[in-house]
Order: sequence, then structure tokens, then C-alpha cells
Amino acid sequence: MSSELWLVIAGCAAVTAIIKAAGPVALGGRELPPRVAQVIGLLAPALLAALVVTQALVDGTRLHMGADTAGVAVAGIVAWRGGSVLRAVGLAVIVTAGLRALG
Amino acid sequence: MGATPPSTPPADDASPRASFHLGMRAGVPYAIVGGVVALTFGVLARDAGFSALGALVMSAIVFAGSAQFTVISIVAGGGGAAAAIGAAALMNSRFLPMGAALAPSLSGRSLQRAAQGQTVVDASWAMANRGEGRFDRHFLFGASAVQYVTWLGGTAIGAFGGSALGDPKTLGLDAIFPAFFLVLLLAELRDGRGRAVALGGAAIALALVPVAPPGVPVLVASAAALAGLWPRVGDKARADSVL
Repeated sequence: MSSELWLVIAGCAAVTAIIKAAGPVALGGRELPPRVAQVIGLLAPALLAALVVTQALVDGTRLHMGADTAGVAVAGIVAWRGGSVLRAVGLAVIVTAGLRALG
Repeated sequence: MGATPPSTPPADDASPRASFHLGMRAGVPYAIVGGVVALTFGVLARDAGFSALGALVMSAIVFAGSAQFTVISIVAGGGGAAAAIGAAALMNSRFLPMGAALAPSLSGRSLQRAAQGQTVVDASWAMANRGEGRFDRHFLFGASAVQYVTWLGGTAIGAFGGSALGDPKTLGLDAIFPAFFLVLLLAELRDGRGRAVALGGAAIALALVPVAPPGVPVLVASAAALAGLWPRVGDKARADSVL
């Protein structure tokens, strides 16, 4: 493996550690103002929704619906109806692999 | 703020040790899924030109799935170190607000707080959220600990033995990561505002995908959470319906 790839790994580890440490260190133990706390509470749905659509509906830099899109949708339905995370993700894999095998 | 919400009394009342164990137990399903995701990462990292040891070291010291997948896809596409590290930083930028949210629930000096902040991963952070800006940190540590173990184990299996598995896409393994995030997302859609913000975040991300570099659409999508600056419209209606 090239030394550039080791540099990539070290760089990623450094930026990740700094990002994760920034909030806890900079804010100390101070409580956040209620409005800020509300915004932070809403970051989870915003970021998770963005992660889901950019992975299930995107290939590179263009929109793309594929077998994985169907698999992820099935996982959503299963989880919505009370299925466990393992069942939801397992079915997503089976549906995705099955559709690819067929088509 | 201040008052502890009554939604999850067992974890809030529990001792640090009990919270840690509850967190570990809650983290197990995510740890199992994470192990399979890590296995996929190990396979793809080898394909992208990383050594098995390199893939394992990366999982050990980065421990952030979306960033790791972004990096290997950029490296596989011929991108340089700066582009890869920059994309990883953007992908992980969501840990900035997550860490800020967690900050009031941590204790100790700067170095200790920095170390505790390293335990934030998506599933643990979401599950340790007790609402109103409070987090159960020992629960978070426990949930992350089990996920770290399977993250390393899965990476090792994929990196050292992955060639025996075949193409991860044929096996449908690329659906695991988004499916996993979707399950986490569903828990955030309990109220109308969460649903509206999720829709907004998804729309922003999709609109930016054709024009922005990887990682940026997800980062900018976090702006949808600014809806929290406005007072809730649903609050009065909900109180009325309860009465």
C-alpha cells in the first residue's frame, strides 16, 4: 500500500477526532439555549434523511434508482411496521440481491 | 432544559454501570449490522488499493462508516489525499452539532471531554438522546463499545478474507448502510416537525447531489434543522387534543 494511502488514513483519523472533540471541548459543560437545543434535536432527522437519500437514490453525482433503492424501501416498511433493525436490514439485503440476480 | 423528561425513566435513574450495560444491550443489533457493513468496507477497501492492515487501521482510528466509504470511493476513483481527507471531514461534519448537543451531558477536563466525544457514532448518539438537549453518556459509551468491537471484527474478516465472498453488490450488501440509516431515521419521525425537517433535509441533499462534491449535500441538508428556531405550531393543537 502506498504511503499516500497511509497519509489518507492518518488525515481522516485526525479530522474525525478534531470534529468529534470540538463540541465537547469548546462548549464545556454549559447548557445550550432552548432554541439551539431544539435545532440540535432536529439535526438527526435532517442528517439521517440526507444520508438515506444520497445513498439509496444516488450513484456518484446523479440520481439513480436501482435494486438497492427497492431493498432500502422494503427495510423502511418493515421497520415502520415494528420490525427489528436486523429483520429490516436483512430483508433489504435479500431484496437487493434477489432483484440483481433476476435482472 | 434542566428537568429530566419522563420518557425513559429506567436509563435516567440507572447508575453509570447499569446505563453502560443497557447501552451495550441496545447497541447489539446495530453492532451486528455494523459488523456486516464493516465487512463490506473491508472488501471494498482492498479493491480500492488499501492493504488489509491499512483497512483495519482505518476502521480502528477513524470508526466512522460514511466517511470511510466516501474515502475509499474517492481513492478508487483516482482522487488525491486532499480530496479524500476533505470529503471525510465533510461527511463527519455532522458529528460537530452532535458533539455540541452532547457537551452539556459530559463531565471532566478538556482532554477527558475530548476523549468522551470520540464515542459518538450515529446509532449510539440517537439512542442516548433523552430529549430536551440531555444525553445519557454512559448509555452512549456502552452502545458504542459493542459497535466498535464488531466494526473492527467485520473489517478484519472483509479485508483478510473478503476475496472468498465475491462482489458485495451481487450480495446486496450495499443496501445495508442506507437501510440501517433509514431505521434510525424512522425513530425521529414521531412528530410532524421531525417529518417536515426530514423531508427538507432529503430535498436539499438531492438538489445538491448533481452539483456539489460528495459529503457537501449531507452537510448542507443539516440547515433544515434551523426550523427549530421557530416556535412549534403543533404544540397548542397537541395540548388541546390531550385535554
